[in-house]
Amino acid sequence: MAAALLHGVGSTTPLSSVNYNNSRRSLPERKRASFLIQCYGSLLPGSKIGINRAAKLSTNAVTTKQDNVTASTTSKPGHELLLFEALREGLEEEMERDPRVCVMGEDVGHYGGSYKVTKGLADKYGDLRVLDTPIAENSFTGMGIGAAMTGLRPIVEGMNMGFLLLAFNQISNNCGMLHYTSGGQFEIPIVIRGPGGVGRQLGAEHSQRLESYFQSIPGIQMVACSTPYNAKGLMKAAIRSDNPVILFEHVLLYNLKERVPDEEYVLNLEEAEMVRMGEHVTILTYSRMRYHVMQAAKTLVNKGYDPEVIDIRSLKPFDLHTIGNSVKKTHRVVIVEECMRTGGIGASLTASINEHFHDYLDAPIVCLSSQDVPTPYAGTLEDWTVVQPAQIVATVEQLCQ
Amino acid sequence: MALTRRYLHLLRPVFSARLLTTASTSPISIETSLPFTGHNIDPPSRSVQTSPHELLSFFRDMALMRRMEIAADSLYKAKLIRGFCHLYDGQEAVAIGMEAAITRKDCIITAYRDHCLFLGRGGTLLEAFAELMGRKDGCSKGKGGSMHFYKKESGFYGGHGIVGAQIPLGCGLAFAQKYSKDDNVTFMMYGDGAANQGQLFEALNMAALWDLPAILVCENNHYGMGTAEWRAAKSPSYFKRGDYVPGLKVDGMDALAVKQACKFAKEHALKNGPIILEMDTYRYHGHSMSDPGSTYRTRDEISGIRQERDPVERIRKLILAHDLATEKEMKDTEKEIRKEVDEAIAKAKEIPSPDPAELFTNVYVKGLGVEAFGADRKELRAVLP
Repeated sequence: MAAALLHGVGSTTPLSSVNYNNSRRSLPERKRASFLIQCYGSLLPGSKIGINRAAKLSTNAVTTKQDNVTASTTSKPGHELLLFEALREGLEEEMERDPRVCVMGEDVGHYGGSYKVTKGLADKYGDLRVLDTPIAENSFTGMGIGAAMTGLRPIVEGMNMGFLLLAFNQISNNCGMLHYTSGGQFEIPIVIRGPGGVGRQLGAEHSQRLESYFQSIPGIQMVACSTPYNAKGLMKAAIRSDNPVILFEHVLLYNLKERVPDEEYVLNLEEAEMVRMGEHVTILTYSRMRYHVMQAAKTLVNKGYDPEVIDIRSLKPFDLHTIGNSVKKTHRVVIVEECMRTGGIGASLTASINEHFHDYLDAPIVCLSSQDVPTPYAGTLEDWTVVQPAQIVATVEQLCQ
Repeated sequence: MALTRRYLHLLRPVFSARLLTTASTSPISIETSLPFTGHNIDPPSRSVQTSPHELLSFFRDMALMRRMEIAADSLYKAKLIRGFCHLYDGQEAVAIGMEAAITRKDCIITAYRDHCLFLGRGGTLLEAFAELMGRKDGCSKGKGGSMHFYKKESGFYGGHGIVGAQIPLGCGLAFAQKYSKDDNVTFMMYGDGAANQGQLFEALNMAALWDLPAILVCENNHYGMGTAEWRAAKSPSYFKRGDYVPGLKVDGMDALAVKQACKFAKEHALKNGPIILEMDTYRYHGHSMSDPGSTYRTRDEISGIRQERDPVERIRKLILAHDLATEKEMKDTEKEIRKEVDEAIAKAKEIPSPDPAELFTNVYVKGLGVEAFGADRKELRAVLP
């Protein structure tokens, strides 16, 4: 029943698995037959019904190999990759494995992708399978969705996530809803990916933090990658998933280097990653802010604090299991994100944690998000738009008093 | 044709069934009422090959569609159908003629005026009425409604509420057909209102660029809801709008002309890439049941078209002219159809509404393992298969 978890290189795998098993057993069980009636009940605040459906859960997209529990310490050396190369490797492995996987986007073919994620693929797989589209986001996203309806597995690349706003109608109405409105007849196994976030003085329109715009769309899943290891694993999982997945990358993270395993691995789309275990406070983060948090964590450790850092990775649905366990341990939560303050992922997560784990909190949840302003061009102003490590340190100090 | 074959085994042998089974398939050649107009292409010939069997099945299928739409009208007024209900009566020839020219492997995708196309693709009356009334045995399990009819196994991709959004989807269907190299085409249908959408031109560009087997069919019923075409479009010749993409203007009230055009278009699309067909047609009802349909056009116009160009009447006259059936036999067919529709409605009324649990099914494919309820989940560990 327990699924093996493949953690990032250097993280504490054995401890976390124990954590999961213990907490699952501690949740009260309900019979599956009446699950959906409880569904209503469980939406009421204050109820703590946990449903053990692990036995029924089985997924296509989230296989993790049982024998790789301690992959990080196996004898195979692994190889070093930059994040964009990791994405490419994941993509290539999936294209090799399944002839229905195809890529479409602006400049993905001959040019090799504006961030080199698809470099060399067009030469290998041809122009139809790695398709250079004209600049028509609405239509080529719609085209990808139409192709997915027939069984192909397209990956649509937005050159910048902000451009996908033009395709919002297709993503919301068709991508998210077709499975439901057709009564289950059509599956849309599409992956929509692209970089977003605040980069190096790219200006307001090219530095949008808009994960939250897509958050309410029913029927889609959202994930954000942050390291080469999870980028490759999430890319593979997203391609194998039968649901539409939006994979958020970050412009500044493409050149991160890390050692990834040689053997094939697929990560769980709905799981958060424990970056650093701790006792005093839970810091929830994703994407680029993970690095700001880890920088702040160094300072905090020197000052005597012990933060627990979790990279939530899955933006929809939230991994409340991991987060919940952490909250029950530390009783304090700080959310550090790059999304907008108003209606952002952090806002949604705050509401969610308050609703489910209110009794375990010793202090109100603090959410550090980027400012509700268009990203300015000037370098200093741009730095202050996003959360800086100094702010994180100050917040944790204040919270832990 | 295919539609009627489906019903044959359900009917007790009566006049029309006997008529169809004994009707010959010997070819008759009939001239279309109007010539085709081509844009950047030589139009096909006006003389269409058909057979007595085909003509009789056209009549039966179109009369069935007409009756279904009129029955839907009364059901809407009786508040059994709610929301939006867009009726197709007057435009049946487009659906029937298209079906006659293609196979079930070709894909059709259309907007919200989809009831008759669903029937044409093999949907049953029961599924249609159950879906319209929101019952659990509807084609989309009652969760789609009038604007979301789909039938995957017959290549009917719906059923879309947002004007024009189905055109890029259709482009994707054609892309998949080219990708898998099967010799099938996609018919992407839209109206004169949607012809002004940017998505259409984006999709046209892509289809022409990659030679996708796409056929864009503009069902020009001359009114985009309440706005006449000359008030919405600078150039109402929608078949010419493709510029580098060839186009053909067809009399959409003549099922045989539609059949000829679709056959021609299919051959063209498989060899040379996209083509636009403009079907000059008309709808008797308003845009939807909430629109009386008389504030922006005169009743004389509607009755004029009904007298001169009605598609069912045209086929009836052809059948009588070629002595394929008597007046009485056709009237009996219509009575039978009426009964069939009434029976389907009665049966559909008895089907219960979907279970409350169905609210959460089919949001995600089983990969997530839970019926979704927002961004939070209680239990999310996935188990290895």
